[in-house]
Amino acid sequence: MAEAEELKLLLKQLFESQKLAVLATHNQGQPYASLVAFAATPDLKHLVFATTRATRKFSNLTADSRVAMLVDTRTNQDSDIRSAMAATATGTAEEVHDPVREVLREIYLEKHPHLKDFLHSPTCALLRIKVDTYYLVRRFQKVVEIHVTP
Amino acid sequence: MGGKAFALAKLLASGFKVPDAACITVEVYREYVKSTGLGERILLELNRKPFEEMRWEEMWDASLRIRNMFLTTPLPAGLRASLVQFLEARFGDRTLVVRSSAPGEDSARASFAGLHESYVNIRGTDAVLEHILKVWASLWSDAALLYRRELGLDVQTSTMAVLVQEIVAGERSGVIFSQNPADETQAVIEAVHGLNQGLVDGTVEPDRWILQRESGRILRHLAPQRDQWVVPAHGGVRTEPLPLEKSGRPPITDQEVGRVYELARHAEHLFATPQDVEWTFRQEELYMLQSRPITTRSGSEEEDKRPWYLSLRRSFENLKALRRKIESQWIPAMIEEAASLASNDLSRLSDRELAQEMEKRKAIFDQWVGIYWSEFIPFAHGARLFGQLYNDVLRPEDPYEFMDLLSGTGMVSVRRNMKIEELAGLLRENAGLRQAVQEKADLSPYGEFAAKVEAFNREFGDQTCGKAHCLKDEEALHRIVLEMAGRPPTAAVPKAKDLQAMEAEFLAHFDGENRIQAAEQLELARTSYRLRDDDNIHLGRIEGQLLAALDEGKRRLQARNRIRTDLSEIEEVIAALVDPAHSPQGLEVDEEKKADFSVKPRQLIGQPAGPGISQGTARVILHGSDLSEFKAGEILVCDALDPNMTFVVPLCAGIVERRGGMLIHGAIIAREYGLPCVTGVPDATSLIHTEDRLTVDGYLGIVVIG
Repeated sequence: MAEAEELKLLLKQLFESQKLAVLATHNQGQPYASLVAFAATPDLKHLVFATTRATRKFSNLTADSRVAMLVDTRTNQDSDIRSAMAATATGTAEEVHDPVREVLREIYLEKHPHLKDFLHSPTCALLRIKVDTYYLVRRFQKVVEIHVTP
Repeated sequence: MGGKAFALAKLLASGFKVPDAACITVEVYREYVKSTGLGERILLELNRKPFEEMRWEEMWDASLRIRNMFLTTPLPAGLRASLVQFLEARFGDRTLVVRSSAPGEDSARASFAGLHESYVNIRGTDAVLEHILKVWASLWSDAALLYRRELGLDVQTSTMAVLVQEIVAGERSGVIFSQNPADETQAVIEAVHGLNQGLVDGTVEPDRWILQRESGRILRHLAPQRDQWVVPAHGGVRTEPLPLEKSGRPPITDQEVGRVYELARHAEHLFATPQDVEWTFRQEELYMLQSRPITTRSGSEEEDKRPWYLSLRRSFENLKALRRKIESQWIPAMIEEAASLASNDLSRLSDRELAQEMEKRKAIFDQWVGIYWSEFIPFAHGARLFGQLYNDVLRPEDPYEFMDLLSGTGMVSVRRNMKIEELAGLLRENAGLRQAVQEKADLSPYGEFAAKVEAFNREFGDQTCGKAHCLKDEEALHRIVLEMAGRPPTAAVPKAKDLQAMEAEFLAHFDGENRIQAAEQLELARTSYRLRDDDNIHLGRIEGQLLAALDEGKRRLQARNRIRTDLSEIEEVIAALVDPAHSPQGLEVDEEKKADFSVKPRQLIGQPAGPGISQGTARVILHGSDLSEFKAGEILVCDALDPNMTFVVPLCAGIVERRGGMLIHGAIIAREYGLPCVTGVPDATSLIHTEDRLTVDGYLGIVVIG
C-alpha cells in the first residue's frame, strides 16, 4: 500500500507541474489527438479540461466517450527517453453541468487563471474524464498500472 | 523607474522647484501581472493576429479589453497592503497626480506626449490605487501599440512604472519648447489660465509667444479668444467658462515669460538637449511639472497615418461641436445633394453635357468623401469615448457590453430593411402575387406591391455597394423579397427591458452636474453609433448618382459599339464621350484570386464582434451584385460590409468579415439583429468558399469550417 501512496504523490506532482496534456479521442476507429490545458481533482479520480463544442475532439467524444490523456515531463532532449516520466490515463469523458461544473471550474481556473474568458463563453464546454486506469512510465520501458477504484 | 521619474529626480537634485513625488517601480507592475495571471491574459488578447495586420481600430479594441482586465483584476492583498502603507506614509491626505513613467519613454528618440495616461487631482489612497491600475493599463493603449516600435514595446517584457506626485494646482500653466521644432532659432511658449490639461488635450486655446532662442527676446505674441479654462473638480478636472476678468488678460506677463524661458534654458543645460517643459505658476512661485526631450520625428513620412489616427480621439466638447455641424449642416446637405442629382434626367443631355455632368458628379462625390474623412469618421469615435467611460465606471465582465446601450436607435439601414420586410409580407399574404413575382410575370394587377416598390426605389434604390449598384434592377429586389417571404418575419431585436435598468445603473454612478454630462455622453454616443451607419448610406446615394451618370455614358458608348462596359473607368468614358476619336483603354480586370486547394483551413480566429452562435452555409460576397443571390439562413462572408449592403442581413444566420473592429458596420448591424458576428478574419473571402459549412462563434471570435 505504501507504494500506491507513493505513486499517488508522484502523479499529483506530475499533474501540478505540467500545464498541457495530450487528449486522445477517436472517430469511428480513426484515432485523433489534441493538446489541452488540464487540471486534476485532488483525489486524482478525475481529469478536467475544456473545449469549444465545434471541435473535432468534442464531436468525437460525444459519439464515443472513451478517451485517453497523456501527461509527461518531456524537455525536448535526448535524455528524455530515459528520464522523462509519462502517465497515460484511460477512461470516459463527459461534459459537466452545475453544481459540479462550478466546483471543477474553480479547480481548473486555479491552475489556468488566464483562461477565465475562454471558459466563460457559452460556447465553451467543461469536461471531466473519469479515470479507470493510469499507466505510468518511468525510465525507459518501466511501466506500472494503477487501477482506480470508482 | 522610467523616464519621467528619472528626469524629475535629476531636476530635484539640481535645485529646481518640482512637486514632491514618489515612484512605484516596475517591480510592482511585474508582480501584479504575474501573480494574477493578467500577464498571460494580455498575451492571449494580443495574440489574435500579428500587429502588422491590425488596423488602428483593432488595436483600440484590444486596448479597451486590456484596460478592462486591469480594472476588474484587484491587487493581491499583500501587495495592496504594502502600497497603502507606502502611500499613506509618504503623502497622507494630499491631492495627487498619478502619471506614467515607462522605461524608454521620453528618450530623445521616442518622446511621444500623450501616449500613456496622466490623472490629475486624485485624493485618497483607494483612488490613487485605482489610478495606478489605469496608468498600468495605458502601457497597452492603442497609441502605445501604434508606436510600439518607437517605444520598444515588447509584449513579453515591457513594464510600466508610475509616478505619484503632489499636485501643484497653479492658476496659470503652460509648456515651453526651448527650441521650436519648426524653427531652430526660436523658442515657443504656450500658456493658459488654469491647469495644463486643457492645453494638452486641445480644449483650451493657448496664448503663444515666439522667442528668440538665444536671447529670450519676445518676437511675437499671439492671443486667442480666451473663453475656457480647466480647473480641479471633484476627483478630477473640469472645463469651465473662463471668468470675464481673466479672459481679457494673457495668463502670464512679459516678465513671467522671461522666467519661464530661463527655466527651460536651465533644464536644457542640465539634460544637454532641447526640452519640452510643462510648468505652472502657483501665485508667484514657478514650478516645473515635467521636462522631456523634444521629439524630433525623423522626417514625417507621407505614409505615416498614425498621427491622424490619434487625432481621432477627440474630447467630449469637440465631439459635441462636430455633432451639431453634422446633424444640422452636413447630413441635410447630403440628402439634398443626392435628391437634386436624382432629379436630373440624364437621357436628355448631349454627350458633351453628359461628360460635364459626370465631371461635376465626380467632383461632388470626391468632396463628400473628403468631408466623410475629416468630419464623419472622427465623430464615429464618440461611441468609443463612451465605451471607455462606461467601463471605467461599471467594470463590467464584458468590456463591450456598452454597445447594447447604443443600439436600437433607428438607423436608416434598419428602416430600409423594414420596408423590404413589408414587401415580403405582401408576398406571404398573397399567393398569386408571390407566384407572379417568382415567374417574373406581369405585376400590374398588384397595385399595392408596385406602389410600395416604387416608393422604396425612390428612397433607397440608388444605393451602391463598392462600385456597383446593390439592387441593380427590379429583379434583384424581387429575389431578395422572395427569399424573405420564404421565412417568418425578421425584425431588429427590440430594446430589452433590462437595458433600461442598465442605463439607470450607469447614470446612478454619477451625481449632480456629472450625471447630466454622463447622460449627454450616452446620447452623443448613440448618435455617433447611428450616424456611423447612416452617413455611409447617404454617401452611397451620392455615389449612386455618380454611377448613374457613368452607366448612362457607358450605355451610349456601348450602343455605338465603342467599348466593353465592364472594362472602362470613368475618365475613359468621359474622354470617349467628348472626343469621338478617342479609343478607350480597358482597365486591368481584377483577377479573382484562385484559392490554394492544397491547404484547407479548419478554424479561423477574429474578434467576437456580435455574441451568439450559429451554423449555416457560407455565402461569400466578392462583388455587390453577389448579394441578390443570398438565401435565407446563409452566413454572410465578405471583405468589408457597407451599410448599403445590409439589406440582406434579415436573411443571414451570421456575419464574418475580413475587416477588423468591434464597431465596424458588420458588427453594428449584427447586433441590431442579434446575429453572431466575427470580424478581423484575415483572408476570410479567399479561405472560405460559398457553400462551405460554417459555425460562427460570436462569443470567442472563432469561425469553424466544415
